[in-house]
Amino acid sequence: MMRLPKFAYLVPKTVGEAARMMGEAGPSGQFVAGGTDLYPNMKRRQQTPRTVISVARLGELRRIEGDGREGLRVGAGVSLTELIEHPVVNRDYPSLARAARLISTPTLRNMGTVGGNLLLDTRCNYYDQNYEWRKGINFCLKKDGDVCWVAPGSQKCWAVQSSDLVPLMVAIGARLKLVSTLGERLVEARGFYNDDGIDYLHKRPDELLAEIQLPPAAGWRAVYKKLRRRGAFDFPVLGVAARVDAVEGGAVSSARVVLGGVAPAPLEVEAAGAALAGSQLNDETMRAAAEACYLRARPLDNTDHLMNYRKQMARPFVLRALQELAQESRQ
Amino acid sequence: MATNNGHGNNGDGRGPKTKGAGARPEDLKVVGKPFRKVDARSKCVGATKFADDISLPRMLYCKILRSHVPHALIKAIDYSKALALPGVHAVITGKDLPIPYGILPVSQDETALCVDKVRFIGDPVAAVAAIDEDTAFDAMNLIEVEYEPLPAVATIEEAVETSEPRIHDYGDYNNVHKTVHLEFGDMDEGFREADVVREDVFFYEGNTHLPMEQHAAVGHYDADGKVTLWSSTQTPHYVHRALAKTLEMPAAHVRVIATPNGGGFGGKSDPFNHEIVVCELSRRTKRPVKVTLTREEVFYCHRGRHPVLMKSRIGVKKDGSITALDFQSFLDGGAYGSYGVASTFYTGALQTVTYEVPRYRFRGLRAFTNKPPCGPKRGHGTPQPRFGLEVQLDKVAEELNLDPAEMRLKHLVKPNTVTANYLRVGSMGLGACIEKVVEGSDWKNKFRKLPEGRGFGLACSSYICGAGLPIYWNSMPHSGVQLRLDRQGGVCVQCGSTDIGQGSDSVLAYVVAEILGIDPFDIRVVTADTDLTPVDLGSYSSRVTLMTGNAAIQAAERARELLAKAVAEKLSVPVDNLSFAERRVFDVENPEVGVSFPEAVVLAESKYGTIGTVGSYVPPRSPGRFKGAGVGPSPAYSYSAAVAEVEVDADTGYVNVPRVWVAHDIGKSINPMLVMGQVEGSIYMGLGEALMEEMVYRENRNVVHKFPSLLEYKSPTTLEMCDVFTYLVEDADPNGPFGAKEVGQGPLLPVMPAIANAVYDAVGVRIDEVPITPEKVLAALRAKRQGKDARYGPTRTPSPAWPDPLKVPTPAEGGDGKEMPRVAVHS
Repeated sequence: MMRLPKFAYLVPKTVGEAARMMGEAGPSGQFVAGGTDLYPNMKRRQQTPRTVISVARLGELRRIEGDGREGLRVGAGVSLTELIEHPVVNRDYPSLARAARLISTPTLRNMGTVGGNLLLDTRCNYYDQNYEWRKGINFCLKKDGDVCWVAPGSQKCWAVQSSDLVPLMVAIGARLKLVSTLGERLVEARGFYNDDGIDYLHKRPDELLAEIQLPPAAGWRAVYKKLRRRGAFDFPVLGVAARVDAVEGGAVSSARVVLGGVAPAPLEVEAAGAALAGSQLNDETMRAAAEACYLRARPLDNTDHLMNYRKQMARPFVLRALQELAQESRQ
Repeated sequence: MATNNGHGNNGDGRGPKTKGAGARPEDLKVVGKPFRKVDARSKCVGATKFADDISLPRMLYCKILRSHVPHALIKAIDYSKALALPGVHAVITGKDLPIPYGILPVSQDETALCVDKVRFIGDPVAAVAAIDEDTAFDAMNLIEVEYEPLPAVATIEEAVETSEPRIHDYGDYNNVHKTVHLEFGDMDEGFREADVVREDVFFYEGNTHLPMEQHAAVGHYDADGKVTLWSSTQTPHYVHRALAKTLEMPAAHVRVIATPNGGGFGGKSDPFNHEIVVCELSRRTKRPVKVTLTREEVFYCHRGRHPVLMKSRIGVKKDGSITALDFQSFLDGGAYGSYGVASTFYTGALQTVTYEVPRYRFRGLRAFTNKPPCGPKRGHGTPQPRFGLEVQLDKVAEELNLDPAEMRLKHLVKPNTVTANYLRVGSMGLGACIEKVVEGSDWKNKFRKLPEGRGFGLACSSYICGAGLPIYWNSMPHSGVQLRLDRQGGVCVQCGSTDIGQGSDSVLAYVVAEILGIDPFDIRVVTADTDLTPVDLGSYSSRVTLMTGNAAIQAAERARELLAKAVAEKLSVPVDNLSFAERRVFDVENPEVGVSFPEAVVLAESKYGTIGTVGSYVPPRSPGRFKGAGVGPSPAYSYSAAVAEVEVDADTGYVNVPRVWVAHDIGKSINPMLVMGQVEGSIYMGLGEALMEEMVYRENRNVVHKFPSLLEYKSPTTLEMCDVFTYLVEDADPNGPFGAKEVGQGPLLPVMPAIANAVYDAVGVRIDEVPITPEKVLAALRAKRQGKDARYGPTRTPSPAWPDPLKVPTPAEGGDGKEMPRVAVHS
């Protein structure tokens, strides 16, 4: 079987200690929570940290506090299963519970965490292969090589943002709390992701994602739709998150549509939001938004499904997401 | 030790006359009952020891360095750094194991490690034995190989056209491994008689077995100079032969034990390089050596479904009767022969056993390409042509405005007949199968009557119950069973057959228990150990229930006869009055007069000495006498029919299959629960082949496998599994044990064409290839909207040089199964 490379495994007791350990480990350190992303990558020698610092047991990271009135604070170490089953999440943020339920499989959700999902490594069919396979194509830009096989002329890595939660967090305006030895900082999810498959986070390696803060639930609704070949297991090869704000007299005051799975970063389609703002969700505005997303989605051939198909699917998936929101508002 | 030890072949080649065939169903105590498998509890609680669970004292671990280039000469290998690594005990290369082997005598084209050339990414080049897996892995990466790259051959078309380089220095021409051309009857006359002639081109993408258990093996060369191999194999006998050959050891010094298999599906039917390698490493290190393949390496072992491009030309009369069928298949074989020659023949063998095909022509071509070798996967070479034929018949039915179920029912092959290509059909329950699924699915109210987006499709199939000929030429039994009875009433069944999850160990116990009137769980079953068990050829070609079942019946009846004689003498009752049931032997007229089963053994042992009997089975001789007649004949043919319901999302192209109705002609269920399990498993595998599975490569990136992983090689999850309504048709076949036929492979075959036909019923587009992906459905829908041909699929096939046809007059033309003498024709 595939074996993990050798590494030191540290288990801090507090967030502060975790930050200190990372400071000492330096660039060869890596945090791990559920390990569902990191360990397979290590077996494939995509990542070979010499020090792995487990934050899985930090009680501080495993709390869900607040509610839809004041906003919700979700610890980064909360497992996806805990999130899905949490009564307040289901009551006040049902779109979040539904999106999390689409991630991978039940067993992997038992291990995988909310924070891990938000930091998920970008994915690519030329990169998510073991060392021997990658040797067969002489490696790639993201690891050990100097060519992006998806776009051989490109200086940039096109590995794909593949988290189901990221587009939704961007759409609903979540904020992320990062901790390091230098202190804490709070950033908007919307500005957290970088459109580069290698350097895909605006985060220093020593920073620990500690908490996800959701805005109060009143005045907006959101939805997430996912394209994948099978009903479980698969990463999104197109994700659609949509949020519409305060519907007064039936009109949408503002809206945000974010695509996942088509670029190294979540892709906010401003034209789609603009198409929806100012009037009721109706067939015309929804189709205009879907068309705007179709035009902006430019997936490349590095995931399951043909790239043209993924682009084409932006139309029906955006439309169906918005139809679901319209349906809810009528209820 | 044994008495009454007659040889299994009773002379007429038809095997033993079975008690089973004549037994009345109401008399059966074990056969036909849903007993649990004899090994079920161990499997359920995780106690079963698979090959990778074996751990021996001082055991070393093996890693195999594989080629990362698709086609190259090996110029040099330097493994000095690997050997110098602490903990490394041995490194071997192709020079250490140069003797070629291969499953078929006609294609001995593999070596355990490549000697001078690599032929695909994944071809084994060197092997390491070290104290642990990590050390072996590190050592593997220290081996330096210098390659001189050769151009790679990636497709059938390239193989046909490329004269240099050749992947192998044998084969018909260029990179064509094998061509076949058979003609049965006057084809011109056949097409003249037709009212409608159709020509369709189909493609069936390759796919792989995907067993849960990765291949693993432990080799142990002991201090007495004998070697034992434990391996997750389906064919210990053929592995035994390959080890003796490649290790240059007397076969008597080689022992192969097939461990319980965590799934085979045909993927563990070849002798494999890693099995030979661990034995050689053990011989050198004098320590046991284990190898466990990674999932990626399992993709490289492959031997899975050949990608097949097909052209089918069919002539039919207005009533749907076939007048002639002219079928061509082009197989992408990958880098080695494997079972490929047999696979090629199988793509042309079984088209004739379902509906009457009076004249038949088959041309087949297998190409060598620089990819992992293809071989036998469930249905071996027949799902591809069956897909083509059943979709084509759906088109014929529509063209003739006939109901496809009724059209098929009208023209079924009759039981006890010989087909145009000389296959002898015995029992034939396809009519009953069609009727079951038509009724069960409410076909008449659904087909062509559902709203847009929902559809029903029907397809049928047949499969062999064991290949009529062994893989290497011999006239010995295909299966042997040895039975040992001890004086305390214990019964041990020994047989070379290999349980790969299908339940063959259980079948042995059920059959023997039935005949000796004891409980199947009282029986000790010892199988698949070349030191302890008589030869059985292996778990392939759906042969085990029929062949070992018959052998077991013969052995058990011989034991029963010994016991009966001894008990009759003791009780002073006529032998014919004795019955064996409920662990007793008793007088049927006075049931209280009798002895317990252990007492019966004591009486027999006192009279005859140690009680042991043997049984064996040889299939009946096929009526075909022409060259190529060896593939297709079988003691019996199973039949299946399926109706699939689909929902097609016209916006996304997604095809959902909510329900499948399937009927299978099993002859007689030895255990209906296991039969239904095989049927349902077949539907599951069929959904994958129909909708998503594909073994594909990046032709422009060194022919690297696109995604050798369980995540990205898309196979259905339980969420994709449909509801299945299973009907078993029981029409006992005289050649089957108790009338039983096969179920391991046949029910897979109708699934793919039934789904394709249902997609057409749902949205009016033909997807003439599998997998039927959303992209293809959308492309076909777009073509339909634009007024173009509403289909997706290939449009042309290569036009290679075919050999002159081997012409065989059909039985109807007065043929005797022999080919006509070839007459040189000069133009």
